[in-house]
Amino acid sequence: MTTLDVATIRADFPILGRTVRDGQRLVYLDSGATSQKPTSVLDAEREFYEKHNAAVHRGAHQLAEEATDAFEHARANIAGFIGAQPQDLVFTKNATEAINLVSYAFLNATLKSAHGKALPAGSEKFILAPGDEIVVTEMEHHANLIPWQELCDKTGAILKWIGLTEDGRLDLENLSSVMGERTRAVAFTHQSNLLGTVNDVSALSAAARAVGAIVVLDACQSIPHMQFSVNAVDVDFVTWSGHKMLGPLGIGCLWGRSELLAAMPPFITGGSMIETVTMEGSTFAPPPARFEAGVPMAAQAVGLSAAVDYLNAIGMSNVEKHEHKLTEAALSALTDIDGVRIIGPRALNDRGSAVSFVVDGLHPHDVGQVLDNNGVAVRVGHHCAWPVCRRYNVPATTRATFYLYNDLDDVAALADGVRAAQKFFGV
Amino acid sequence: MQLESLYQDIILDHYKHPHGKGLAESFDSEVHHVNPTCGDEITLRVSLDPQDSSKILVSYDGQGCSISQASASIMFDQLNDQSFETGTDAVNHMIAMMQRVEEPNEDVLGDGIALVGVAQYPARVKCALLAWMAWKDAAIQALGQEEGK
Repeated sequence: MTTLDVATIRADFPILGRTVRDGQRLVYLDSGATSQKPTSVLDAEREFYEKHNAAVHRGAHQLAEEATDAFEHARANIAGFIGAQPQDLVFTKNATEAINLVSYAFLNATLKSAHGKALPAGSEKFILAPGDEIVVTEMEHHANLIPWQELCDKTGAILKWIGLTEDGRLDLENLSSVMGERTRAVAFTHQSNLLGTVNDVSALSAAARAVGAIVVLDACQSIPHMQFSVNAVDVDFVTWSGHKMLGPLGIGCLWGRSELLAAMPPFITGGSMIETVTMEGSTFAPPPARFEAGVPMAAQAVGLSAAVDYLNAIGMSNVEKHEHKLTEAALSALTDIDGVRIIGPRALNDRGSAVSFVVDGLHPHDVGQVLDNNGVAVRVGHHCAWPVCRRYNVPATTRATFYLYNDLDDVAALADGVRAAQKFFGV
Repeated sequence: MQLESLYQDIILDHYKHPHGKGLAESFDSEVHHVNPTCGDEITLRVSLDPQDSSKILVSYDGQGCSISQASASIMFDQLNDQSFETGTDAVNHMIAMMQRVEEPNEDVLGDGIALVGVAQYPARVKCALLAWMAWKDAAIQALGQEEGK
C-alpha cells in the first residue's frame, strides 16, 4: 500500500517495541506533539557524550575542538536539509523560543531606539511605532500567537488576523482588509497543528511583500513531514523544532535571511554572544553566535543531525506520500463512523496528517481515555490552539497525527477505538 | 479493561444527569476555573444562606469531560448548603484521595468515592478536582467579603 517499508522502519524505533496498558501494542498517533526517536539518533547523542563531550566554542583542548566540530558539522547538515547556509541557522531550545527570538528583535530594537542606544545597521525594519500592525492567522499555535500579542502590548502595535473558513482553510477573501501599509510583520503557520491545513505560503508571502512586511513562517508541522527548501519560499524567517522530526528534545531552529539576522539586536544575552565587553557596555558577535548565549545544546544538535540523515535516507517526498495515504485512510475510516465530525479540511489537497475530530455526545478527553485503554496514544484538548476550538465551537478535539512509522493497522486501531468509546458510553 | 474502574456507573449517571447544574441569579462571589490543558471549564457561584449565614449555597455551570462534569454534580450534592468547615474538609479529603494518601470516605464524599479510580490516571486528576477547587476559591472570597462588611 505504501512507498515505505514500515516494518523495517519500526524496527529502528525501540520504543515502538514496548507495550502499554497491560501488554497491548503501542499505537503511537501523537507525533504532532513529539515524534519518537530512531536508534541512530540515540546513538549519536550517546557517542557525543562518550567520546567528544566538552563545552563548544570555549577552550582549546582536543575535546573542545572535537565538540565544536561536531556541533558546527551538525549545523551545516541541518541547514542543508532545508537548502540553507549554516551561518543563517540559529539553534534555540525549541521552536517557541525561535519565534520569541524574532518577536523580541522587534521589541528590543524599538526599546533601544527609544533610548538612543546603538543598534546594528538595518535595524529600522524592526523598530515599531504605536499603530503599526502585526498580522497572524486564527489557526496559529499559541507559540506563534502569544509572542505577537505580547509584542503589541509592549509597543502599542496592533494585532490583526486572517480568519478561517467553515472547512478549515484561511479566509483569503479579505486579505486586503487585514494587511495594509502599517503591516510590519506577517507570521503564519505552514501547516496547522490542529486542522492539518497546509497554507499557501506564496499567496501569503506575496501579500506581505506587497506591503513591505517581514514574513515569519512557523514550519513545526511541515518540515518534519514534507520536502521543504527555504529557496522555494519567499519568507524571511522559518522556525521549527527538532523533536518533532525524530530529533532530541531541547533543540529548535531559526533560519533567517542573512541581512535580517545581522540587523537584529540579541534576545538572550550572556556568554558566547559577545564581541567585546567592558563595564560600560558590550558589542555583539555576528549571527548565529549573537543569538546563542551560553553553552549550547551540542549533543542535541548532533542528535538532530542524525535525524536529518535518517530522513534523507528515506526521502522526504516518500515520507509525505506515505502520510498522505494514511491521512486519506484515517479521514475515510473516521467519517464512516456515525457521529464523528472532522475539524479541519475533509479534502486531501493542501492537507497534512494532523486529523482532529469530535464525537457526538462524547468529550474528547473521554474518547482519548478509551483509545489509551486500547493502547492508542492520541492527543486530546485544544492542542495549544484554543482560538481554533472557539472558532469551530468545540471545547476541544481528539487529534491523531501520523508519521513514517505508522501504518494502516494504526489507522484501523484508531477507528476501532472510537467505536469502542461510543459503545462504552452508549452514544 | 480498567475503564470500568475509572468510569463507574455512578459517575456516568452524574455525567448524563447532572445535579444542580445552572447558575443562580444572585450570588456573593463567582469564580471561573479552567483546566488549561484540555479546555474543561466551570463557572461557580456561592452565596451565604439567608436563613443561616453559616451555610453556603452553591450553583454552577460548565463544560468538559465526563469526569469533570460528574465531579461537579457530586460536589453540588455534597457541598450545597454546607458550612465552610464541612466543605473544606470534603475538598481536602478529595485531594487526599486523588493523591492516594487517604482511603475513600463515603461519609465525607458521598458519591465522590466513585472518583477513586481517577487517582490511577494522573492526567485526569485535575478534571476531578476542578469543581471542588472552584468551590473553595469562591467560598473563601464570599466569606472574605462578609468579614469586610
